[in-house]
Amino acid sequence: MDHAVEQMKVDERLEPGVHVYNMKFGMWVFLLSEVMFFTGLIGSYIILRFAHPEMWAEPGKVLNVPLTGFNTFVLICSSVTMVKSFAAIQNGDQAGLRKWLVATVGLGALFLSIQAVEYYKLYHEGFAPSVAMYKAAGGPLYGATFYTMTGFHGAHVTIGVLCLIFTSWRAFKGKYTATSHAGVEIMGLYWHFVDLVWIILFTIVYLM
Amino acid sequence: MSTMVLPHEKQSHAHHDDRSFIQKYVFSTDHKIIGIQFLFMSLLFLVLGGGLAMVVRWQLGFPNQPMPGGGFFSEAMMNKGIMLPEMYNASVTMHGTIMVFFAIMPLLVGVWANYLIPLQIGADDMAFPRINMASFWMAFVAGLLMVASFFVVAGPANAGWTGYAPLSANPEYSGVHTGQQLWCLSIILLGFSSLAGSVNYITTIVNMRAPGMTWLRLPLSTWSLFITSILILLAIPVLAGAMILLFFDQTLGTTFYQPEHGGQPLLWQHLFWFFGHPEVYILILPAMGFVSDIIANGSRKPIFGYKAMVFAMAGLAFLSWVVWGHHMFMSGMQPMLGGAFMVSTMVIAVPSAIKTFNWLGTMWRGNIRFHSPMLHAWSFVALFVIGGLSGIFLANTPIDIPLHDTYFVVAHIHYVLFGGSLFGIFGAIIFWFPKMFGRLMNDTLGKIHWAITFVCFNMVFWPMHKLGTMGMMRRIYDPTQYPHLQEATPINHTISLWAFALYGAQIIFVVNFFWSLFKGPKAGNNPWEANGLEWVAPSPPPHGNWDGELLTVYRGPYEYSSPEAEANGTDFILQSEKPSSRQGAPGMAPAGH
Repeated sequence: MDHAVEQMKVDERLEPGVHVYNMKFGMWVFLLSEVMFFTGLIGSYIILRFAHPEMWAEPGKVLNVPLTGFNTFVLICSSVTMVKSFAAIQNGDQAGLRKWLVATVGLGALFLSIQAVEYYKLYHEGFAPSVAMYKAAGGPLYGATFYTMTGFHGAHVTIGVLCLIFTSWRAFKGKYTATSHAGVEIMGLYWHFVDLVWIILFTIVYLM
Repeated sequence: MSTMVLPHEKQSHAHHDDRSFIQKYVFSTDHKIIGIQFLFMSLLFLVLGGGLAMVVRWQLGFPNQPMPGGGFFSEAMMNKGIMLPEMYNASVTMHGTIMVFFAIMPLLVGVWANYLIPLQIGADDMAFPRINMASFWMAFVAGLLMVASFFVVAGPANAGWTGYAPLSANPEYSGVHTGQQLWCLSIILLGFSSLAGSVNYITTIVNMRAPGMTWLRLPLSTWSLFITSILILLAIPVLAGAMILLFFDQTLGTTFYQPEHGGQPLLWQHLFWFFGHPEVYILILPAMGFVSDIIANGSRKPIFGYKAMVFAMAGLAFLSWVVWGHHMFMSGMQPMLGGAFMVSTMVIAVPSAIKTFNWLGTMWRGNIRFHSPMLHAWSFVALFVIGGLSGIFLANTPIDIPLHDTYFVVAHIHYVLFGGSLFGIFGAIIFWFPKMFGRLMNDTLGKIHWAITFVCFNMVFWPMHKLGTMGMMRRIYDPTQYPHLQEATPINHTISLWAFALYGAQIIFVVNFFWSLFKGPKAGNNPWEANGLEWVAPSPPPHGNWDGELLTVYRGPYEYSSPEAEANGTDFILQSEKPSSRQGAPGMAPAGH
């Protein structure tokens, strides 16, 4: 994607339009639809849970809150490193950009690994998504909603990590400069959104 | 990357086109080619969806008689040429699904948003051409999945196009396993395609307008596609979420929608209709936009109340989010809530009436040209009013109780979706065909096709109101087995005959389409003497649309018969034409004056 070209196209047509380049504007528009997607899932969760509160166990009884609490901290840290990488390239600091991008990739991967371990343990304790295999406290809807919501978030993080690896690869090839770094900026927008969603999911799935 | 790329890019747009055949016509990033790809794909699905409707009409008109060609179907579907209930249910389901998701929706949005938006706003292409290409190919694969479901064991989905759970969620109830799963996957994938498209359309309209193309100088087609894109952007993710939960119920053994383990069938209905009602407006707003352009052009007058038209569309879009409960009056709803949904639904009549009267006001004392796009636009207005009025019937909770899930609803939806959207689509295809392919469609054949379609359409769907009030159910395999529907048999018989004529008459359109594609008279840049920027470009426009020229817009899209135009001896002024006086400097005068 030629960011400079994008940028120039916008400059040419500054008269109408918002003064935000296409890729950034498009990412904001896309994130709006993501908000609706997670709203649908969270809304369904609330409706199912209010109808059958007995299917949910006490917070912390089935789910490992301290471990996931740590994982939440990891993801928040990755948002910080993402901001640092963007700040670095805004100042033209190539080394800083690469360092912080790699750190973000690492933290994202760590989050996914911890989630994988968590899934593995829970599944073997009988906390399964299907009715037939559910043996943990509460009822099968607990497992089904848990895996659906955290799983879709995990899928978003996975896509994010893959895109971050691509962004880092471009950073190492020196594709971003102090004046042209749209890729880093829109990557950051997506990453912060995924982080924000997790804070909401952690609160309602694990803590409530 | 380097700033040197830009001038080179512009030159290649302007002077030579060195893309290979595959880049140019198959994996093309050109918005016009993508629009045309969508056109051919969705017209094929229109034929398929119509064929399924004929299957349905055969069973309703000639119950338990061998269907012509019935021998081609498997024994699970046909018994010695006589249709089995499985076949009937699958046909009803797939007719609805294909028409809504693969025919009307891409015909309105996929085709025209891609083709028209850059041309009408003065952009050389979409904001994200490669995402745009991906959007078409995702829709194509989704279509393949949907078609593939006809060939799997136990046939395609048969739980209705609304896929009500738990029938759709548990294969034990419907008898369909793989077909229902393919149905889910196909619609989820189509949802991705629509999302990619609408992100593109919204960004393009907001950011890529030519200098001077202010919001209130946009043609109403572009306005309608913009508002529709916002609806798609916000409604489709909810459907995707609902479909994913349904898919998990079918495959992973979850019970989101199955009550025996705490799930809720009503949850599906809420999620589906929360998407489904905005979807109704996704399926009509673009047609309203095209019809506005065509009526102003065919009446040689500015559109009556341009701003009111824009605000009415925005109002419809907003209201579409707060009325979904009117699909569920009979699903078990607190009466107060039903009352609230009834009121919000009836408010929809206000913006709809504003639009209708504005179309009439545009035609009033106009210098009307009775060409075939105008006839289609005119029928759109007439039939949409009938569909809108029966909608008010259904919005009333006390009236909906006896009419719910009867043929009255079938009549209503077809007056809006066929009488409305599809007539709008036919009008739009004939109107923009010369721009797309450089040749005009035959107007006489167009008029014959229009007349037969208009008559047959009304003969098919008007009596369905009567069937509904007689209590004929909406999805009924064999109405003759009910005593109270004995009198319906001759009506059903007649409707089926008219339906076959309606389907057959579309051959005229197909012939006209392909004949004109190769042999039609060459159209100039502006065969309809219209004002929009698309008519400045050559027909068909080259890659980059205006040979690299940057247009500036000086006026609104509907300046027909203005004194300034008449001073030049014509009755139209292109939007890019410089004003002769101070009036209409860039960024000043709004549209419609």
